[in-house]
Amino acid sequence: MNKKYQNKKITMAHGSGGKASSDLIKDIFVDTFNNDYLATMEDQARFEMPKGRLALTTDSFVVSPLFFKGGDIGKLAVTGTVNDLAVSGAKPLYLTCGLILEEGLPIATLDKIIKSMQKTAEEAGVKIVCGDTKVVEKGSADQIFINTAGVGVIDEGIEVHSYQAQTGDKIIVNGFIGDHGAAIMQSRAELAISADIASDCQVLNHLVEKILSVSNNIHAMRDATRGGVATVLNEIANDSKVSIIIKEDSLPVRTPTRGVCEILGLDPLYLANEGTLVCVVAAIDADKVLATMQQTKEGKDACIIGTVTNHPEGIVALSTLFGGTKIIDKLIGDQLPRIC
Amino acid sequence: MKYVDEFRDPGQAKKILKAIAKLCSEIKLAEDRPIQIMEVCGGHTHSIFRYGLNQLLPEKLDFVHGPGCPVCVLPRSVIDNCIRIAENENVIFTTFGDAMRVPGSSKSLLDVKAEGCDIRMVYSPLDALTLAKKNPEKRVVFFGLGFETTMPSTALSVMQAEKEGVDNFYLFCNHITIIPTIKAVLDSPGMRIDGFLGPGHVSLIIGTKPYDFIAHEYHKPLVAAGFEPLDILQSVWMILKQLKNGEAKIENQYARLVKDTGNASALNPIATVFELRDFFEWRGLGSINHSGVKVNEKYRAFDAEIEFNLKAVTVIDPDVCQCGEVLKGILKPWQCKVFGKGCTPETPLGALMVSTEGACSAHYSYGKNIDLINIKTQEQ
Repeated sequence: MNKKYQNKKITMAHGSGGKASSDLIKDIFVDTFNNDYLATMEDQARFEMPKGRLALTTDSFVVSPLFFKGGDIGKLAVTGTVNDLAVSGAKPLYLTCGLILEEGLPIATLDKIIKSMQKTAEEAGVKIVCGDTKVVEKGSADQIFINTAGVGVIDEGIEVHSYQAQTGDKIIVNGFIGDHGAAIMQSRAELAISADIASDCQVLNHLVEKILSVSNNIHAMRDATRGGVATVLNEIANDSKVSIIIKEDSLPVRTPTRGVCEILGLDPLYLANEGTLVCVVAAIDADKVLATMQQTKEGKDACIIGTVTNHPEGIVALSTLFGGTKIIDKLIGDQLPRIC
Repeated sequence: MKYVDEFRDPGQAKKILKAIAKLCSEIKLAEDRPIQIMEVCGGHTHSIFRYGLNQLLPEKLDFVHGPGCPVCVLPRSVIDNCIRIAENENVIFTTFGDAMRVPGSSKSLLDVKAEGCDIRMVYSPLDALTLAKKNPEKRVVFFGLGFETTMPSTALSVMQAEKEGVDNFYLFCNHITIIPTIKAVLDSPGMRIDGFLGPGHVSLIIGTKPYDFIAHEYHKPLVAAGFEPLDILQSVWMILKQLKNGEAKIENQYARLVKDTGNASALNPIATVFELRDFFEWRGLGSINHSGVKVNEKYRAFDAEIEFNLKAVTVIDPDVCQCGEVLKGILKPWQCKVFGKGCTPETPLGALMVSTEGACSAHYSYGKNIDLINIKTQEQ
């Protein structure tokens, strides 16, 4: 970071459009994101697109705390949008970066976040090609809010839709569930639980590309962010008009995450993930897709957690360790810790 | 996970379930109806549904979900008073998470938080005390609720506040006591409970002696039970064994934590800070004598009722609400007129739909459509 920003904070001047704004843009954003599209400093980025259908998505990020074990808001802002594109079967190409900064944010913090965005973008192989910065008065935002939009391209023949789950399909997840939600909870100072949990925050486009190259029978994919795996399964069951049965003894949950959930009375199925996807694949290709995932670093702990059945429509059920059944419903509001 | 998985062993569960089925077939009741066991505590209700135990037990055996979900039995008037406190200038109102959604007469704490009241979720009353120390210019109120399980930590926090001279910390005390409540259930007309699963964590505090009257005067068995599935199944088996032998005893299944005499270090602060109220208003059950506690004279400086000049106002539950009948075991949740229609977890009318430990909420979330599903687990 340029020395002139040491110990400096964001002021209203940085959002005024004047010299302070343009200096900040050049010194922090253009330098870090470092690509020809951005360097022109025009009001828009212009680029050629390869052949195929376009996929377009947008997402906003408002996490507190900004830095947590396994990631930070900048990394999230890239993984979230990259993964939303990837699960459609698209190859993510370009991202935008819209920032709302609270007056008083240390510029060093902003710089750290922007560098983290760039590092994650490099991992994903995408470029951040345009952006916007606004500053609001102290108290009007919580330090920094980020919006990223992303565009990608879907190769011909790839059709992955949440309405395509079919009876007999297998449900695969690429790794342990609930780690992001648990990591955020324990990063918040008010919760005096110490557990060694890192967010699963990671880009999934390379993993998706690999599994799509070995199977034409991947019917549906979703990244299981807010609301967790349970919510995504409910969306797929609803959209595909099928029932999904998952088995309690096959759910991959790390022991520390389970511990936090046991203490607070929460269910890891509903905790947020930031690098975990649910993949619905025809039974015939399930083993092949699973093995391919397991060869990647993002999917080395992948496993099959359930099966699609035809009836009753729109229902997700968990078959418990004891052979009982319970409905995994959509969450009403947030999960709230129980009193005793 | 150690100390957890041992108590969730499906193999052991199968063995106990077999023994339970055998006992059930051997018990002859005077009338032709299922054996009814009340689990007093909401924690048990939660476990029963979470592990699907209700589906695994014989048809001849019914669980009746008791009044032991402290969030569920909070009357509307108490939530209204919480809101009255929170609406004051310079007040931070702190509460356990699951009380946030409980509806008052017209709003919940979540609603008024959105309107700008400073309401914060805490995990312990000590967190509220810490907030008070950090914000000396504000009045910080802790919403104390729960049975004897949560009373000691509340009492200790008040004692700590006094010791440290924190003069901006207040307790809005709505703690309730278990014994008068069980007695009210036993005395209610049409009561059909054959035995009780005793609340494990309340028993950890008060011991098992206070339950003796249930065996002696009402001739019903009670087994103090843990919360893991094997704890619950073993306790059910112990109750059935008593029923088969025509016995009524107080037994302790949760012996790894519960002592017959309770826990003196927890009971002392309760006695130091609290005194019994003449009566306490329960949602669904009405007023029960001596079923609640308040801050005593010595600690009145910490009493939010005095500080905020609160009056006990009775707010009648809606006519259509049949929580009372469900709590007493007379109706099953789904037999209530408004279950799943006017009253859902999204828009709860009655108390039992509010917390995930509430009998109706548990049935709604876990029980709905369950009969429709024909799972062939072995195929997976």
